[in-house]
Amino acid sequence: MLSRRGTLPFLVGPPLVWLALFFLLPLFLIAAFSLRAGSGAVGPSEPWAPSAEHYQEVIGTPAFVRLLGVSVLMALGIAGLATVLAYPVAYFLTFRAGSRAALFLTLLLIPFAVSYLLRVMAWKLMLGPEGGINSLLGSLGLTHEPLSLLLYSRPAVIITLVYIWIPFAALPIYAAMQRIGRNHLEAAADLGAGPWARFWRITVPLSMPGAIATFFMVFIPTVGEYVTPALVGGTGGVMYGNIIQGYFTRSANWPLGSAMAMIMLALTLVLVAGALRLIDLRRLSA
Amino acid sequence: MTAIGSERADRRSTIGVGSTRVPLGAFYAGMLILLYLPIGVLFVFSFNAGTTLSFPLKGITLDWYASVFGNAPMLAAARNSFMVGAASATLATVLGCMVAIAVLRFRFRGRGVLLALAGLPLIVPFVVIGVAFFLLFVAVDVPRSLLTVGIGHTVIAVPYATLIVVSRLGGLDPALEDAAMDLGATYPTTLRRVVLPLMAPTLLSAWLTCFIVSFDEIALAIFLVGGDPTFPVFLYGQLRFAQQLPVLIAMAVLLMVGTVGLTVMAMRLRAREA
Repeated sequence: MLSRRGTLPFLVGPPLVWLALFFLLPLFLIAAFSLRAGSGAVGPSEPWAPSAEHYQEVIGTPAFVRLLGVSVLMALGIAGLATVLAYPVAYFLTFRAGSRAALFLTLLLIPFAVSYLLRVMAWKLMLGPEGGINSLLGSLGLTHEPLSLLLYSRPAVIITLVYIWIPFAALPIYAAMQRIGRNHLEAAADLGAGPWARFWRITVPLSMPGAIATFFMVFIPTVGEYVTPALVGGTGGVMYGNIIQGYFTRSANWPLGSAMAMIMLALTLVLVAGALRLIDLRRLSA
Repeated sequence: MTAIGSERADRRSTIGVGSTRVPLGAFYAGMLILLYLPIGVLFVFSFNAGTTLSFPLKGITLDWYASVFGNAPMLAAARNSFMVGAASATLATVLGCMVAIAVLRFRFRGRGVLLALAGLPLIVPFVVIGVAFFLLFVAVDVPRSLLTVGIGHTVIAVPYATLIVVSRLGGLDPALEDAAMDLGATYPTTLRRVVLPLMAPTLLSAWLTCFIVSFDEIALAIFLVGGDPTFPVFLYGQLRFAQQLPVLIAMAVLLMVGTVGLTVMAMRLRAREA
């Protein structure tokens, strides 16, 4: 008969084996491929010679470094915009919506359940030269020719991604605000703090862990984006992720693509480690 | 302005401390309009007789919806997505549940490591996970197929399943398990007869969340898919054919009704538990 303690290996074993085989091992393989000489679609059976040439190539190619910088800046901007726009929404749901908060939250989240590709396509349709915004502007007589810069540009990528993330961005902030004790606010009011003072000195600091969590939950998927830029960004809106993906599809160069992926992974982990020092995760999950 | 505002707000307020007069309700309403407008545009487009979206519309038609059912490759792709989603959601929920029980009900070395490992896929960009899986299946010489997509989706769904189950199991009194064991049940029996039934709505909610994560996922699937596409991959491949767009959108709208329904269901299940 199995003791309580004897159950533990059966609980720990399967997830551990699964994640080691299908998460840690693959990540290790990127590191291995990024450090081998040669280029193209080099299979595992081909000779493996260690080399840092691919890292040197990435760092030595100004176009790659610039694109990485631009992609990080875009992701920071998109995450920042989504957080700033979601913050008042979360505040409204927590402090103003009253008994209808659950309904309002559901209404906010329904767009997030709509297929990601479908939402990207919606913006493609709206921003296109024959699209909704242009034909609307045209029929109102505001423009005579379609504005071509709307679609296939960096702004198009930014608008689309902010749109995609706003509903989700409100969630961690909302969760943090719900844990703010009303007694804190009442005590501050008793001591003479006005609504703005209470907002800046109680609500903002106490909801900050949620805002930081939101920021990174948008930043991480966005910095590696390649689908949205491919659909609405055109050649001018390409991100670093598009180059990585390209090296595994169109122009196969697995070691170089691996080195680029490793650089992105390292950058993301450094930023997340920094964020974890800022927020106490245990308080978030409590 | 602030001072006057606060005096007035003090009288209105329900929690007794008043608030600023920033029109947050209007902000929320404006945000909802912005969020629903593009989806509404797609919805309109799926009934539009023309193949471009220009106003005024050329006429209303149900042809696109009718032709969905004659499009065999598209229906096959949707079926593939259902299979991959169901299989990966089931496996991810089981794995997430194991992690949650191990971490919350036992003290052992590496407990924190296990929880961190289960959450880690959430903080790695999908393009990196995609590259990683691509190289893994090249290295072990496994041809890419729906099976490899399912394996990938299981990995990215584990964090969601773990977080959802942890949040519920944390609120479940461990004394219930002690009571069952005092009455002679073994621990596995206790889990099966006491813990899992109590968490059934949570497990269903976790399953639905994982299913939707998989069903909608494309960035990872592009790296893992073989000749048989999932629906998002199929959609992505067809997007460059402008004349195909209305049929694709009609199909996507039909699926959207399903995924929105599932999401609302998952949220309700969790709200009831809380």
